[in-house]
Formats: sequence, C-alpha cells, structure tokens
Amino acid sequence: MTLDKLLVIAAALFCCGLYTVMTRRNAVAVLMGVELILNATNINFVAFSFFLNRVMGGQIFAVFVIVLAAAEAAVALAIFLRMFSTTGTVEVDAADQLKG
Amino acid sequence: MIRYAYIIPFLPLLSFFINIAVGKRLPRKGDWLCLGTIAIGLAMSIGIFYEVFRAYDPNFRYHVVFPWLTIGDRAVFNTGILIDNVTAVMLLVVTIVSTLVHLFSIGYMHGDPRYSRYFAYLSIFSFSMLGLVLAESFLFIYIFWELVGLSSYLLIGFWFEKKSASDAGKKAFIVNRVGDFGFLIGILIIYATCGVLGYDQVFLAIGEGKLSGTLLTLAGIGVFCGAIGKSAQFPLHVWLPDAMEGPTPVSALIHAATMVAAGVYLVGRVYPMFTPDAFLFIAYFGLITLFITASIALAQNDIKKVLAYSTCSQLGYMIMGLGVGGYTAGLAHLTTHAAFKACLFLGSGSVIHAVHSQDIQEMGGLRKKMPITFATFLIATLAISGVPGFSGFYSKDMILGAALEFGMKSANPLHMIFFIGALFTAGLTAFYMFRLVILTFFGAPKDHHKFDHAHESPPSMWVPLVILAGLSFSFWYSGWFGTLVQKPKSVANLAGISAPAKVATMEHAAVMAPAHAEPSAAAHGEAATHRESTRDASRGSAPGKGEHGQAPPHGTSAPAGTPHSTGPAAHGESNDEASHIAHTAHSYAMYSSVAVGTLGIFLAFVVYSFGWINPDRVMNAVKPLHTFLQNKWYFDELYEATVVDGSKALSRGLAWFDNNVVDGLVNLSAQLGVFASFLVGKFDDYVVDGAVNGLASATTGSGSLLRRLQTGKLYHYVFVLAGGALIIFLIKAF
Amino acid sequence: MSGPADFIFYAAAAMTVGAAILVAILPNILYAAVALLFSFAGVAGLYVLLSADFLAATQILVYVGGILVLLLFAVFLSNRISDGKTTNPTHFRLPAAAICLVLFGVLSYAAVSTPYAVKKGVYLPTTADIGELLMTRYLLPFEVASVLLLAALIGAALLSRPDRAASVKGEMEEGKR
Repeated sequence: MTLDKLLVIAAALFCCGLYTVMTRRNAVAVLMGVELILNATNINFVAFSFFLNRVMGGQIFAVFVIVLAAAEAAVALAIFLRMFSTTGTVEVDAADQLKG
Repeated sequence: MIRYAYIIPFLPLLSFFINIAVGKRLPRKGDWLCLGTIAIGLAMSIGIFYEVFRAYDPNFRYHVVFPWLTIGDRAVFNTGILIDNVTAVMLLVVTIVSTLVHLFSIGYMHGDPRYSRYFAYLSIFSFSMLGLVLAESFLFIYIFWELVGLSSYLLIGFWFEKKSASDAGKKAFIVNRVGDFGFLIGILIIYATCGVLGYDQVFLAIGEGKLSGTLLTLAGIGVFCGAIGKSAQFPLHVWLPDAMEGPTPVSALIHAATMVAAGVYLVGRVYPMFTPDAFLFIAYFGLITLFITASIALAQNDIKKVLAYSTCSQLGYMIMGLGVGGYTAGLAHLTTHAAFKACLFLGSGSVIHAVHSQDIQEMGGLRKKMPITFATFLIATLAISGVPGFSGFYSKDMILGAALEFGMKSANPLHMIFFIGALFTAGLTAFYMFRLVILTFFGAPKDHHKFDHAHESPPSMWVPLVILAGLSFSFWYSGWFGTLVQKPKSVANLAGISAPAKVATMEHAAVMAPAHAEPSAAAHGEAATHRESTRDASRGSAPGKGEHGQAPPHGTSAPAGTPHSTGPAAHGESNDEASHIAHTAHSYAMYSSVAVGTLGIFLAFVVYSFGWINPDRVMNAVKPLHTFLQNKWYFDELYEATVVDGSKALSRGLAWFDNNVVDGLVNLSAQLGVFASFLVGKFDDYVVDGAVNGLASATTGSGSLLRRLQTGKLYHYVFVLAGGALIIFLIKAF
Repeated sequence: MSGPADFIFYAAAAMTVGAAILVAILPNILYAAVALLFSFAGVAGLYVLLSADFLAATQILVYVGGILVLLLFAVFLSNRISDGKTTNPTHFRLPAAAICLVLFGVLSYAAVSTPYAVKKGVYLPTTADIGELLMTRYLLPFEVASVLLLAALIGAALLSRPDRAASVKGEMEEGKR
C-alpha cells in the first residue's frame, strides 16, 4: 500500500465515475457517477493525509466532502422527483431546454 | 457766343429726355419744346457764324480741350470743342435744316399717334449731329457717329408697324455698321501708332512720322470707310433708298442735308492725313458712286427714290471733289446741297401729303394746284442741275474744275476720267431731275381722282420750302466761302508710297517739318487766329492746323478750284504753272458744265414735255438696260445672296454645331454621368451590400454552426469539460 | 505493510474499482445501485487501512445508509419497476470511454511518476482530532456546512412538495362544499 497505488485506485474510480456521468441516460445513474467521483477525491485526500505525516486537514476535507455529497444528493434527487412529476421521465436527454 | 458753343448740342438732348419721359402729357405733345431748343441752337449758331465771319480769317480756330478719361497713367482721353470756319458753316447748316424740318414736321406729322416721340427722335438726332460737328477728336466723332446712326435707325423705322420700314431701319444701321467697322480699324491704327486721338495731336504725330507709308494710307482708307457707310457711297449705298420708308421730313433732315453729309465732313476734317493713294481711292469711289446712282435715278418712278439716288449721286460728287483735291469744292457742294436737297425733299413731302401717293406716274399738272410747292421745287431743281446763278452751279462747277485740274496735272491720262465722268453725270442729273419736275408738275394729270384732291400745303409746310429755296442762290456763298474754307496742309509722309504723278506729288506735297520757309506766314497766321483759351500744349506751328496753301516753298497746293487764288507766290515757276492750269481748268469746266446742263434740261423737255421722242419706245428699245437700272443694278439682290444668305448659312451651321456637337457633348457627358452612377449603384448593390450581407450571413452561418455545440445534453458538456481538462493536463505534462 | 494487510488492501481496492466499473456498465440501474453500494464499502475499507477510522464509519453511515438509500428511493420513485432498466445511449460510449481511458492514463502516470515526499504512515485514532479540529480550526467551514445542510434540507423539502395551487384548489372546493 503505497501512495501511488492509492492514487491510481482513486484515478480509476474517478474515470469510472466520469464514464458513468457521460454515458448513462438515467439521471439517477448520473448522480451515482458523481458520487463515485467524489469518493475518488476523498480517497486522494485521505491517502495524502496518511502518507504525509498525518496531516488532519485531508480527513477534515473528506468529512466535509461527504457532508456536501449528502446534501447535494438530497437536493438532486428532489429535483429529479420534481422532474419526474412534471415531465414523467428522468432521462437526461429530456432536459435539453438549454439547447441552442 | 463762341464760348458757349457747347450748349448748342445739349439743348436738343434735354428736349429729347423730356419728350421721351413726359412728352405725351405736354401741351401739343412737346413739339414746341423740341422746336424751341433747336431754334435756340440756330440762333446761337448764327451768332457764332457772325463772330467767325467778322474775323474773316482762313485760319480761324477755336479749340477747347480738357482731359476726360484717364486710365491710370497709360492713357488719357480728352474731350472738347473745335470750331473753325468749316465747323461754323456746318453748325449753321445743321441747325437751319433741323429747325425747318421741325417746323415742317408739325404740319406733316400732325395726328400721328407717336407724335411726341417723333420730335424726341428729331432732338436726339440734332444733338448727335451737332456733337459730331463740334467734336475735336476721333474718339468723339466716332461716338457721335454711332449716335447719329442710332438716331437714323429710330427715325427711319419710325412707322415700325410696316415691315418694310422696320427692315429699312435695320438695313440702314447694319450697312452703316459695316462702314463703321472700317472706320474703327482706321481709328485703331491711328491710336496704335500715334497713341493719341485728338485731331491736332494725331496730325502732329503723323508729321513726326509715327504713322506713315502704307499704314497711313490704310488708316486713311479705314477712316474713309466710315464715310462710305454714312454717306452712302458705293458699295454701301444700298441703305439710302430704302431709308425713304421714313417720314419725308426725316428724309430731308437726315438723308439730304445732314447725316449723309457727316461722311463728307469727316473726310474734310481729317483731310491732312490722307496720302495721295488714299485720295485716289476716295476719288474713285466718289466717281463710281455718282455715276451708278445717277443711272439708277433715271429709271425710278417713286419721287422719293429719285431724290434718294440723286442724293447718293451728289454725295459722290462731294467725295470725288474732296478726293481730287477740291477741298473747298467738296465742302461748298455739301453746304449748297443741304439747302436745295432739303427743299426738294420737303417739297416732295408736300406733294405726297397732297396727292397721297409717291408714284410720279400718277401725278401731273400739279403746278396749278400747288404753286408754292412748284415754284420752290423748280428753284431747287435748277440749283441741282447747275444752272448759273443758283447755288448748285457755284459748287458743282468748283468740283468739275477741280476734277479737270487734277486730270490735267496728273501724269496718268486715266485721271481725266474723273472730269469726264462727272461732266457726263452732270448732264444725267439735269435730265432726270427735270424729268421728275415735268412728270410731277407739268402735263396732263394722269390720275384725276388724286388730282382733284390735291391742294397746297399749310404754311407750316411751305414756309420752310420758301426759306430753303431762297437759300439756293449762289450769291449767298460766292463771296466768302472760298476764302474762309481753304484746303489744309497735308501731313502725310510721302516716303515709301508710290507717287502716281510728278505734278500730283507737287499738288499734295507733304512738308515734313512745319514749313521752314514760312515761319513768318505761320506765325502771322497764329497771331491772327481768333483763339480763346486753349489748353493745348505748344502748338506752335504744328502742321495740319488749317494753315492754308500760302505758297509753301516747293510744291504748291494751290487752293484748287478757289475762284480767288490768294497767297503770295513765294517763288518757283511751278507755282505759276500750277495756277495757270487751275485757271484754265476752271473756265473750261464752267463752260462745259453749263453746256451739259442745258443739254440735259433740253433733252428732258424734248422727251417728256414736247414729246418729240417717245420715252416708252426708248425704254422698250433698251429694255434690258432699263430693267437693270430700274432694279438698282441688282445690288440688293447681290448682297442678299452673298452677305445675307452667307450670314444665315453661317448661323445655321453654327446652330447645327451648337445643337449637335455641343449639346451632343453635354448630353454625352450627362449620359456618362448616368452610366457612371449606374455602375456605382451596381457596385453598391453587389459589392458593398454583398459585403455587408455576406458578413451578416457569415455571422449567422457561423452562429448556426456553433449553436450545434449547445446540445442541451449534459453529458456532452461533461465530455467537453473532461476533454478540455485532459488537453490541459497533456500539455502541462509534456 | 505486507501479508494480510496487503491482501486486504488489494481486496478492498479490487472491490472498489470492480464495483465502480460495474456501476458504469450495468444497464439495469438497480444493479448499478447495488454495485455502488459495494464500491462505497470498498472505499470504507480503504479508509480503515489509511487510519481514517472516523471517516470510514461516516462513509458507511452517510453514503451507504443515507445517500444510497436515497438513490434507491429515487430509482423506485422515478421508474416503472417493471421495465426498470435504462439503456445506455450507444453512440456516446466510445468517445466517453476514450476520454476516460486517456484521463486514467494521464492521471496514473502523474501519480506514479511524481516523487512524493512520503513518510511512513502511523495508525492512530482520528475521531478526537477531527472533533477538536472541527471546533477550533475548522469551525467556520463547520458552521457553513451546517447552514448549507439546512438550506439543502429546506430546498429538498420544498422541491418535493406537491403543487400548492392544486392543494389550495382542492381545499377551496372542499371549503365550498
């Protein structure tokens, strides 16, 4: 368990999350991808905190990230539900009102 | 009185302005005003003549001059008055005839709708003519020359509703203008070479040699051209017969007595500057004129036309007389002719007024109906025919004598033609004048209707006739005229011009410097000159000053034709010979002229009164000749075909040029402008608008192209985001 | 570390990454959610291995117990279970995969090739330290985070309410009756 391995794991997680965001059609699935990305960054923070002589800032940051992820998930899902009740679907393709 | 001479022309000028402005509102329409002003002028002229006569000096000279127009320091033009013996006589002639014509017109023009304007025109004419006579420089004589032309135009075309009258006015003015062109050229030559325009100044300059040789001859001929025009000499005589369209008093005033005499007066005034060649030119023109016009008069049936051609002929006599050296003769004939021709014209006016016709073929036997007119007419006709005792004899005889003397003294035998032609034409003159008298006043009336209506004219018309007829006797002139009016010394430089004859050279010999041999005579002449304030500079013994042939040292100019040869013969046999020739010529001329005149009168009676020769048969026998004469030698037709049609063709050509070429160019440039603006418009539409529209469409095109980036799909945005970040990573990494 | 520690490490890592991959790939969203659960669990395991004990607990509690449940609720509420699958859009998989692979490559290259000043890690409890830091040094973020949570709470609640106009209208009709 070296730092670089952890960083690689985090990178892999990040890329998976990115792929999920880009590829999935369901909005909830996109949210899952976002959670993956956040987890990847958390791993990065904690890894660095552990290997750099226990700098607690990394873990604190990770705590806040978790908090924010929770809040964000809540709001996002509320939005999705709203969207479902108005349009009847949660597909991201349906949310293209910004289309030029 | 002579001091106030300048008032004489200005009084008629004043009455002109008044009559033009308010004439219609004056009582009697202002005729008394014009008559009054000219009568005052007459009185003053009589006064001046009296003073001049009292002085009885051949060299009398009154000259006032002062600067009038200064152009910087380059030129000064003077104005002033010159009065010598000739001027005094002319003043008298002009004012007498003008006053009598004014008087005559009161009766003749009675009831004319433009009565006041007529008198105004008479006044402006009087002003112009008097100014012309008093002028002391070429500039001013030219000014008044033109004014006289204008006045004659106004008067000839007075009844302008008649097309023939207005045409005649135009013709007179235009033909005069042709002559005036030559006059102007002459004046310009003089000014260009001498730089001055006053008579005295010019003669002095010529004497100094500033103008000499051929150029001097040309200047003289140029000046003479003015006389050709004004005095109706060949070839510009065509306007005078047409000018008979004007009222008869106008014909009397202008075309008998005064205006046409202006040409003769001009020649006399500038006499010293003519070279022998110029004199010859003048003489020939006079000769040709007097013969042609007399021949035309033979075949005319209009009373005024006969008189008109007779005037031309007599003017030819005067001009020829001046040309052959008979200065006194020419001017004498001018004076006497004024009287009897005016009388003839006014008499014809009286006849026309009575018979209401101008055609002598409708007249006849009027002597019983109009005795006064007949008597005065007859007296005047005797005068013009050269019957001894009458004024015409005195002057015409002088001319013939001068012509004969010239011919005899000339080395060229051809120069006898002057005498021969003049003599023959004197016979013709007598013939056609008496033809006129006989057909009008004698015999049986040809138109009884007109004859019955004929009556004698009112006093306002026959009083002038009587006065003029009374002046037609030779005793009025014979005593003093020859003495007072003497030939001035010529200043023409002979160097460089061909002298046709030895004796002729002697006759007109120029003395370059003022005659050295006669300083005494000259000085004497000066002292005796009754002169008042002249502001001329040193005029010492300048030549051309009216010094008269007081026997110059070599080559004499014995006063040709003067019955009283004066002057001490200084020296030289040539002098005696010359005067002997003169005397012989003179007596021979006198006899022959009387003979010829009598023959002419007799022939007239033979043909028209006694009926021994039938005029109609003669006419038919020479029908072509008669037609030729009756149609005035076809001069008018010739001029019409050449000059008039030529001018019209030229103007048509120029009009064509203007319409097609000039307008074409203008239209072309306009078309080019339209075309250019069309091109610019197209440019604007396609290029400029194209650029603008292209820009807009490029913008919208690129916009619509770029908008496709905005798919609205989040995953696309994420992709781009990730891609961008990746690129940055890659760049940073490598 | 070696031995069992490494094995656990690799196992946790494998579970994390494997589950993540499954989340990305599985068409059925319910399956994906379950895979996410396992991914979270793996991450929690890694935390433990990194001496972040409090964080591991928090991860399980919040992520798995809270967020994931929320996700599942959302899945159930927003899909007809009968055809509860969402197919991936076929024509975007390749570019996305390309980007992700390249990004992975770059990131791992950066991770591997950078000489970090690594020190030997010590295992110590962290809860007390975190608690203390939250009250002292990171107090402001803490408070802000609580405000944010409040806002999220309100917002989520507001967003999920049914239309007020419809309920008012219903009440009015009831009132009239």
